[in-house]
Amino acid sequence: MNEKRVLNQPGFVLAFRLLVALLASVPLLVLIASIASQSLGPDPGQEVTESLGIAAFQLLIATLCMTPLKRWTGWGAWIRVRRMLGLFAFFYAVLHVLAFLQFILGWSDLWATFTKRPYILAGAVSFLMLVPLALTSTKGMMRRMGRQWKALHKLVYPIAIAAWVHFIWQSRSDVGEMVVYGLIIAVLLALRWKWSGSRALIPFVRG
Amino acid sequence: MLIKKRPSWALPHSEVTPESVYLNRRQFMSGTLAVAAGLSVPGLLSAAKLPVPGEALDFVPMPGFSTDEEKTPFEDVTRYNNFYEFGTGKGDPAKYADEMTVDPWSVVVEGACDRPGAYALEDLLKPHEYQERVYRLRCVEAWSMVIPWIGIPLADILKRLEPTSRAKYVYFETLYDPDQMRGQRSLFSTIDWPYQEGLRMDEAMNELSFLAVGLYGKTMPNQNGAPIRLVVPWKYGFKSIKSIVKIRFQEERPKTTWEMLAPQEYGFYANVNPEVDHPRWSQKRERRLPSGLLSPNYMETVKFNGYGEQVADLYKGMDLSKFY
Repeated sequence: MNEKRVLNQPGFVLAFRLLVALLASVPLLVLIASIASQSLGPDPGQEVTESLGIAAFQLLIATLCMTPLKRWTGWGAWIRVRRMLGLFAFFYAVLHVLAFLQFILGWSDLWATFTKRPYILAGAVSFLMLVPLALTSTKGMMRRMGRQWKALHKLVYPIAIAAWVHFIWQSRSDVGEMVVYGLIIAVLLALRWKWSGSRALIPFVRG
Repeated sequence: MLIKKRPSWALPHSEVTPESVYLNRRQFMSGTLAVAAGLSVPGLLSAAKLPVPGEALDFVPMPGFSTDEEKTPFEDVTRYNNFYEFGTGKGDPAKYADEMTVDPWSVVVEGACDRPGAYALEDLLKPHEYQERVYRLRCVEAWSMVIPWIGIPLADILKRLEPTSRAKYVYFETLYDPDQMRGQRSLFSTIDWPYQEGLRMDEAMNELSFLAVGLYGKTMPNQNGAPIRLVVPWKYGFKSIKSIVKIRFQEERPKTTWEMLAPQEYGFYANVNPEVDHPRWSQKRERRLPSGLLSPNYMETVKFNGYGEQVADLYKGMDLSKFY
């Protein structure tokens, strides 16, 4: 009982949120350090784009872990960091898209890139679905939208799937890493199905 | 009457490595490797180390076969590699290729030729003078480098093996040894090892086709395909097979590794061609490495990687969008 009181003290929760924010910033800090020390190798644009994409994907998965963690531990702080993690994922996704356009495409060949390259289309779809979630992430929007907010934010499930497709479509031969990510996403989605039924996974459907 | 004189390089049968010794070479190597692996565990944690340059080689520069474009620095050529036998990351080969033993090395020659056998690498190379050729290398992933290779024209070696009239294609194979090549141990790799490549006979005999044993004046670093690799500069990099252990002359066209893995993406010919896109990305441009963050080193990709004058005739009348 005493332990629980400590865990739920505002000061402790605040420290936890700061810690999570710090952890979520690590990929950016590492990237800045590698750029500064010029240790990204001969193709830094590719390296930067890839690591930002992976960071966005990992944070998206972290976001999806918060609800199960809350359920298993009963600790409310998990939910208090969920929005922050989601916004970090969005932040890395924005940087990833900009890096891709600037370093890989050089802002040329845009039309062909988005119409003819299936893996880029999957990534673009994933990113575009993330935008409304970021825009409606404020407390005010949450209040105004009421039950529709939850229905909209179930978009995070197809976003995770599209992002995964975006990665596995790029692999040339070794799919191991993406198989692991795929299993994690499958488990996270299956848990929601188990707890709330299949409707819990379908965006724009209430319940 | 035709009297065939045995050239100095053609060993009598008594000199050929006995098959049992040859077949057991891995046993010997895995023994030494186990020791090496035990010693190198702390090394795995360290960052990509600078590659150790090999031994200096004697060679003749071949300006007629060399571009004067700016060369990709040695550090980049040797630390940014696609050599999936050691992992799919660009830095993996530099980290793990020293787990491969390249001396002693032998190359099995078989098929439609008069000089088949298992050749010790030295015997295959001995009669030849090394040349230096600075070639462009264009990867199918749309990056490129300029590399000073040391080696021997492929045709010179193939002619010595006396291919018969049935030899329409040459097949090449990379070492298969999961004990030494961690990428071959990966459970998730979709490649069916060993890595296999091939050329049409006239492509192989083209004056540009090159068997490289070194770069930047020194013996080949393992991660670049030691001790002997192919370099076909007008084709995408994956055609230039590394760490060759087998050469076979054959009548039918060989199936190549990437072609078997994804036939709609990688063809047998794999000529550099900006007009034929890879299904998943464009081939119109390339990033010449090293490329900077703020000033990406983009350039237009040239058909046959700029070697059209020497090789375009090989493909006269062929629809290159079909035979990609």
